[in-house]
This record gives sequence, C-alpha cells and structure tokens, in this order.
Amino acid sequence: MSAQTLYDKLWQSHVVHTEQDGTTLLYIDRHLLHEVTSPQAFEGLRLAGRKPWRVSANLAVADHNVPTTDRSHGIADPISRLQVETLDDNCASFGITEFRMNDVRQGIVHVIGPEQGATLPGMTVVCGDSHTSTHGAFAALAHGIGTSEVEHVLATQCLLQKKSRAMLVKVEGRLSKGVTAKDIALAVIGKIGTAGGTGYAIEFGGSAIRALSMEGRMTLCNMAIEAGARAGMVAVDDTTIDYIKGRPFAPKGELWDKAVANWRTLVSDEGVQFDAVVELDAAAIKPSVTWGTSPEMVVTVDDKVPDPAQESDPVKRSGMERALIYMGLQANTPITQIAVDKVFIGSCTNSRIEDLRGAAKIAKGKHKAANVKQVLVVPGSGLVKQQAEAEGLDKIFIEAGFEWRDPGCSMCLAMNADRLEPGERCASTSNRNFEGRQGAGGRTHLVSPEMAAAAAIAGHFVDVRELSEV
Amino acid sequence: MEKFTRLEGLVAPLDRANVDTDAIIPKQFLKSIKRSGFGPNLFDEWRYLDHGEPGQDCSNRPRNPDFVLNQPRYQGAQILLARENFGCGSSREHAPWALLDYGFRAVIAPSFADIFFNNCFKNGILPIVLDADAVDLLFRETAAQEAYRLTVDLEAETVATPAGEVFSFGVDAFRKYCLLNGLDDIGLTLQNADKIRAYEERRKAEAPWLFM
Repeated sequence: MSAQTLYDKLWQSHVVHTEQDGTTLLYIDRHLLHEVTSPQAFEGLRLAGRKPWRVSANLAVADHNVPTTDRSHGIADPISRLQVETLDDNCASFGITEFRMNDVRQGIVHVIGPEQGATLPGMTVVCGDSHTSTHGAFAALAHGIGTSEVEHVLATQCLLQKKSRAMLVKVEGRLSKGVTAKDIALAVIGKIGTAGGTGYAIEFGGSAIRALSMEGRMTLCNMAIEAGARAGMVAVDDTTIDYIKGRPFAPKGELWDKAVANWRTLVSDEGVQFDAVVELDAAAIKPSVTWGTSPEMVVTVDDKVPDPAQESDPVKRSGMERALIYMGLQANTPITQIAVDKVFIGSCTNSRIEDLRGAAKIAKGKHKAANVKQVLVVPGSGLVKQQAEAEGLDKIFIEAGFEWRDPGCSMCLAMNADRLEPGERCASTSNRNFEGRQGAGGRTHLVSPEMAAAAAIAGHFVDVRELSEV
Repeated sequence: MEKFTRLEGLVAPLDRANVDTDAIIPKQFLKSIKRSGFGPNLFDEWRYLDHGEPGQDCSNRPRNPDFVLNQPRYQGAQILLARENFGCGSSREHAPWALLDYGFRAVIAPSFADIFFNNCFKNGILPIVLDADAVDLLFRETAAQEAYRLTVDLEAETVATPAGEVFSFGVDAFRKYCLLNGLDDIGLTLQNADKIRAYEERRKAEAPWLFM
C-alpha cells in the first residue's frame, strides 16, 4: 500500500459507500449535541417518523445558553430556557445521554467530550458547532456540521462528504517562554489567512506540536476552523494515550490494550506527500494579539496596529479601514498602548485546566487594574472547575478581583447574559473577533490566557515574556 | 426542500470580504427552536440602527440607510453578490435559513467557507463560485445598472448577464441532482441502510471499543 496521511487513514476506515462523483457516505462514531443547533434536527426526525440510528453514539450537553452565575433559579431568559428545556426533552424522549445544567460533568461540548473519554483516536466526531475541529487533537477526524446534517447523522449515523485535501502545518523547534498553543494558532492564521485552509484537513506536526500537552493541541485544532479548515488533527503519541487512560468512556482492560495497539498506527506514514505544507519556526513565534475583526488581522504584541495605507489590495484595504473604525483604533498605535475594559478567560479554545493555571500564574498576588471593569474566568466544565478549586486557583482569581464563574460558552459568543456593551474593549481567550461577536458593538482582541490575565492586571496589553511570573 | 432549477433574479451587492455567519444572523436569534422566520433579522446589526432582539416586530425599527439591502433599488433581490470567504465562522444553519427567508436563492462569490457552502445545498440555496475577475465585473455592472438581473441555470451550470455574457461554474453531481429535484438526502442515504449495517458489523469486529 502506498504511504498514507493520518487523514487518509481516518477517512478510509469510515467509508461506507462512494458515489461515482466521489460523494462518500462516511460513518460517524461520535455525535455530540448542544441546545442551539439540535432542536430543528429533532423536530425533523419526529416529522419524518424516524428514530436515532444508534442512540449510544450520541452525547448531549447544554452550553451556549447556560448562565455562569447562580444556577439554582434556572435560566432567567425565557427563550434561552425553552431552548435548553427542549434539549432536555429531546434527549429524554430519544434516550440520549445528556449532562444537564446542574450535573458536575456539564460544560462546553468540546471540553467534556475529551474529558469524558468520549472522544477517542481513530473516531469520526461531529457536532453542530464549527469548533468540533478541537477533537482532532486526539487523531480523530472531527468537524462541525449544520443542523440538516445533525438530523442526517441522527437518522443514519452517516454523513455525505467529499474528501478534502491534506495540509501539513509543521512547527519545529521550541516555543519561547510565555508563548502558547494559542499563539501558534494565531501565527498560523496570520500566515495563511482565514481562508488559507479552506478545502483542506490540516495535520499539525513537528517537534513543537509533539511537545504540546493535550490541552495545547486542543487549543490549536480548535482554531483550525478559523483558518478555514473544517478539521485539524494531531497524530497519536504517548501524550494522547496517557490523557485518555482511565476516563469514563474510554475502553478498559483487554479492550484498552487492543485499542492502544490500533491507535499507535494513527500517524502519517514516513515520506507521505501532502497537498500543501506550511512551515513555521517555533522559536520565532511571539505572543499575539488580534487588532481587527477577523482572526487573520493579527500582530505580535511588540508590534503596532497596521496601516491600511500600506495595503495594495483594495478589498483588503477597505476591510482594514472598516475594522479600524469598528475597533476604535488608529493605525500605528503600539499594541501595548491599547487599554482594555473587560477580560474574558474561557471558551472551547482556552478554558481547560492548563489555561486556568497559566492565567492564575500571572494573576497570583496581584489585582486587576482600576480601568478594567470586569474579568470573567469561566471554566470549561464542572470538572475543570472542581480541579481548579482543588488547586486553589479560584482563590487567586477572586483575590485578583476576577469573577469565578460556572461552566459554559459565556462571553465567547454572548448568547447568555455575559456580554460586552457597545464600544467596550475586551482581551479575550476565545476564538472569534468578528463584529458583535461578544455583544453588539463590542471590540474583541484574541489572546492567550497568560496574555489576557496580564492585560487584566496592567489594564492594557503587555508582553508576558517581560514578566517575571512567566 | 424547494427545487432549484433556473433563476432569473435581481442582484444585490455586498462588497466586503470575510462576511461571517455572526454578521449574517447574530447570536440572539439562534435561541429560536424553529427553522423559519429569520429573514427580518438577516444582517441585523448592519441593517438596523437599533439593537435587535428575538420576537420583535422589525417593520418599525430604524433602518441603516447606508446598508446596501436597505436601498430601494435592491428590494426584492434574489441573488447576493459577495466577496471572498463568504459565510466563514460558526456552523449555524440559521445563516442560510435567514438568507432564504429573506428571499435569496443564490449567492455568488469567489470563495465560500466550507460549512456554510454545504449548508446552502441542504436548503435549496445555490452557492456559486466564480473567479475573482468575473465577480469584479459583476460588482461593476451591478453598481452601474439599476435593476441589474442575472440568470442562473443549474442544469447548464451557467450564470448569464443581461448583455449575454455567460460564466460557467462547477457543482458536484450529487448535490446538483438533489437540488434540481428538491430531494431530502436522508431518504437517499437510508436506501443504503444495508451497507451501513454491513459496515457496522465489520467495524465492530475490528474496533469493538467504538461501539460501547
């Protein structure tokens, strides 16, 4: 057999049937559901008199709409409440496992899948959410789908797909202190653009990727979609296997050994050709900050807000001009002179224990700056929250004047009560800086958890490499 | 799903790159558990001067006169002309639902984000990729001529201008077949139910931990 990429292997092992034009019926091993993109799919299933094909392949959780403050009174907004109750009802009536709002296992769907061992190497994983690419960190083929496809997966356990091309993003060398997986993700997007990965499945490889923890790999794969790639993935190694061992949904005993032997094959073969290769030098990556309204509008913290006058492409130039107006920024302003009103530490990109540890390290013994109105720390799941509290991180945050919240998507997309007011500027560990993403008129700067915590303390962006805590 | 065969429709230009699905339909409207009724909130933050909330009557809300869809000449448009990477970001199918509910049946752009592109086909909207020069020309002609209309022929895979210039586009055979016939692809997939079961049996033997 000729040499295969990891993507080839994952694809090939899930093909049920291929049409003449290459359209393939691909088998789905794990289907994750949340409250926002599933109600219309369940309704469609009911209207057609269909049932889920394989109930045990599904796992559901409410995350987008849930409050991150006192949940004992339920959800105040009646429309949000109805959406969450609809998920509860649908899961109950179809027999689908759901972690409800007050279950300690509840959290952001892309945090709980891996945390529970429900995401395993070699799986196909889908969810009605674009950040499903996160699960590719486990050498799974994982991507977001629309609601019609949610219904399709429920009804058939398959998806109709065309194979993507394979891109290797290779990061060699060692990251400098204070530089994280988030900065790699932003550097990749800055290099190839938000459409650079369109039509590709990206494999992240190289020594800098192998040195990342599973949390870091999830952060990186999470943002593959911001580079336009539906799927991002990392090959299996000891780090992958050590993370999965003992998790509730992971295989045990003899089956574990058999599974591990299979998972060890989930790497791209030596010498295989990718359709595209992008190389980055880890040592050259610096802490990054987005300045505009697309994740590709990114610079390093020691840089300045770019000047549209220097851009020759007229469509890009007008996009930059519009972004500067929306963001309330002047060209050539040093990034470290930009003051922030709020800070958000959380989201499926950066709400895992390692992220919270990174932020706490910076905040320890300090207090948020007077100009910073609010700092939200929203753990990715109830179990992450428990772990953080066992380590005393909650106390560090509270003493620093940060708010320690309950798990959910929160101010990443502001579907619940956590949001920016018009004109407010936020250092955010989330994944999208689109206009209005964190609240109508809100201004988002994407950064790592360390950079977010440092901005909260200083009141403006600072280069974390210059801090003694790093 | 409504069939798509041939469309002769008014064109509205949205001259910006990287239009994301948060812009197409902001998050507060995603709380709905229905598939319909998103049209009045299409491009809500650009289209209105006030802040929109679900369940609101939009007919009396203050419109942003600078937003292209509010201009009288583009009322009734069925074809949206857009720039690179249209539909990027969130996978929300509410984005094509909103476009469809507003009245758009086709979107023309030099490139689309994958998930949005896919979602369009599930809802009877045809996303058409034309090269950047062709899109540039269409933007110029749309600006220059009032009531500029294009004819989209899915069977022939062509877009024709009023002057008779014809651009060809590509579309996957399977998607084309579903769109031309308005077919529910779940029904089609279930015709392969035996193949799915056979796959499951084979896979269970190879990798039983996937079926726990």
